[in-house]
Amino acid sequence: MTAKKSVSPRLLAKAATGILGFDEISRGGLPRNRTSLVMGGPGTGKTVFALQTLVNAAQERKQPGIFVAFEEGPDEIRANAATFGWGLPALAQSAVFFLDARLSPTVVQSGDFELSGMLAILEAKKRDLGAAWIVFDGIDVLLALLQNPSAEMREIYRLRDWLARNELTAIITAKVDGNNSRPTSYGFMQFMVDCVIRFDRRLEQEISLRRLEITKYRGSDFAPGEFPLSFGPQGMDVATPGTAEILADAVTERVSSGFEGLDAMLGGGVFRGSNTLITGAPGTSKTTLAGKFAESACRRGERTLFVSFDEGGERIQRNLTSVGIHLQAYVKSGLLRMYSGRTDVNNPEEHLIRITALIHEHRPRCMVIDPLSAIARTGALNSARAIGNRLIYKMRDHQVTALITSLVGGDDPQAEATELQISTIADTWIHLSYQVRSGERNRALSIVKSRGTQHSNQVRELVLSAAGPALAAAYSSGGEVLMGTLRWEKEAEDRTQKRRQQAEFAYKRRELQFAEADIAARITALQLDLNKQRTELALYTSDDEARDASSDEQENALRKRRGAGAADMLAPVLEKRRVARTSARPRTNGGKEPRRGS
Amino acid sequence: MARKKRAKADATGEPVTTVVVMCLYVAGRAPNSVKAIANLEAICRRHLKDGYQLEIVDVCEHPHRALSDGILVTPSLTKVSPGPASNVIGNLSDTSSVLAALGLHAGDPQ
Repeated sequence: MTAKKSVSPRLLAKAATGILGFDEISRGGLPRNRTSLVMGGPGTGKTVFALQTLVNAAQERKQPGIFVAFEEGPDEIRANAATFGWGLPALAQSAVFFLDARLSPTVVQSGDFELSGMLAILEAKKRDLGAAWIVFDGIDVLLALLQNPSAEMREIYRLRDWLARNELTAIITAKVDGNNSRPTSYGFMQFMVDCVIRFDRRLEQEISLRRLEITKYRGSDFAPGEFPLSFGPQGMDVATPGTAEILADAVTERVSSGFEGLDAMLGGGVFRGSNTLITGAPGTSKTTLAGKFAESACRRGERTLFVSFDEGGERIQRNLTSVGIHLQAYVKSGLLRMYSGRTDVNNPEEHLIRITALIHEHRPRCMVIDPLSAIARTGALNSARAIGNRLIYKMRDHQVTALITSLVGGDDPQAEATELQISTIADTWIHLSYQVRSGERNRALSIVKSRGTQHSNQVRELVLSAAGPALAAAYSSGGEVLMGTLRWEKEAEDRTQKRRQQAEFAYKRRELQFAEADIAARITALQLDLNKQRTELALYTSDDEARDASSDEQENALRKRRGAGAADMLAPVLEKRRVARTSARPRTNGGKEPRRGS
Repeated sequence: MARKKRAKADATGEPVTTVVVMCLYVAGRAPNSVKAIANLEAICRRHLKDGYQLEIVDVCEHPHRALSDGILVTPSLTKVSPGPASNVIGNLSDTSSVLAALGLHAGDPQ
């Protein structure tokens, strides 16, 4: 606290509130030994914030605290806090000391007063307890009695000096309505304190939403903006974007989605700890798939939580029995917990609280929410979206394998994207739809996305029977998948066609064999023909030579007949004729010589 | 000890009907506490001739006493008896409201 220390403003000591989201956005909690102002309208959560901080400090760090209650009696506050799992009743008065600072309604006021007496009393109490924390809850009630802005300011100063002297980490809560009638003193109080947290509750489409914003934090960085807050079993829960950091490990273990056909389409099931979104119009059997998923989880002996909206658990069990899904035994054994919420009563925030409480209580490994879209029906789409997302992250953080159904109006799965916008964070997205053709309404299932898995791209028909849901064999025709009777017809037609095709093939094969034999026979015939031709040719050649030889013999015979003397005269003529015959064939008529006659 | 006790006997000779027993809680020498003591003494002089008993408690010195008495705001005047207990906070500058709280009539100076 010395002036020299101001050179290192980063070393501002902080005191954690133990309210997870808040410590995150405030980068560590409230300023230690300084004063924080918590302001907001009635019912915004100021008291819960202050008390939870005090209880956490007392329990986790053994720092005693004093709670000065100006507005509600300590008994009321204790009773209200008993709904949270803080173990407040078990805490000794020495850990959290409640001081009833309400003025009796019969008290008469006469003139000005000071807080110095009260502070003297608190100082004594602080020494007794060794308190590190103090809460002034609803100090505006007391200050309002001063009826004088300058007197109020004087007492606020007195309070500040006292707090600084006593080294207490203080939380002052004050009611500030939307139409703040006395802005001056609280405006001043905001300057006085080191940290200002504004709580807000407003109606959005008839649903009240609570928010928190740090508007000032001297010497410290903080997350700007409003953060939604809700009340869970452990008290206040501030939703921060930081908690959305995915801490869960990537697991490769596969969990059955409920039945074999779908597992096969998903490449072996869904990943452990992942969440699957099933969208579809009413009656597309989303609940049946959810029931099947729950049943298979129970069959593996895993604790399961089935959250339904609009329909009671008993009715769901009865309806699922008709499609061969039996949950009763698991409900009885306590393995399966059914919870059904009414959407006309609670706002989305309260559903989140209930479901979170159930996750803590039942510690499920698998979980169903059917349908999540119900939380958006009560209005306030923005908050329903935020809550849907937080729920999914919550399940992911707890490594719960979840199946969430969501009702969409049209046949287009993209319609979901405009509503709850869960599809963007869901790991697997299955869409169910109707295909109305040939006077039938058939259910179609397709996988829109599935992170990290090789999944089928085909639209399949979902068939429900007493044996449970199943996927029919895929029949596509003309670019469309056939379903229902059309599929049956197609199946029968296909069988007939197959037989016809087989017969046709056999016939064709025989025909071809015949043609082959025919060609082979023709080849043989032609070969024979060729041989005949060759023989004929050979015959002709030998005949011609034979004729040449006989003409030579005739000349010799003629020479012999004319006598030996004539042979010398004839010799050169005969020689000449032989040469001419070899060079110019055929000259068949070589017997008559023109010169020979002279 | 800051505790003061005063008991005034009846001086006029009229029969003593009631003795008002009061306790005033103050915070040391804080301005409003000082004013309250002065104002109360003036009121007693004028209106409580019948007799009264006043205890002044300094909460700075006796915080545990104040705590057990359920007192936080100072100055604070408590009427212990007679009749129903009543409580007045402030420096007691508004005489009529103090008298009303003590069960006396404002327009009755004697």
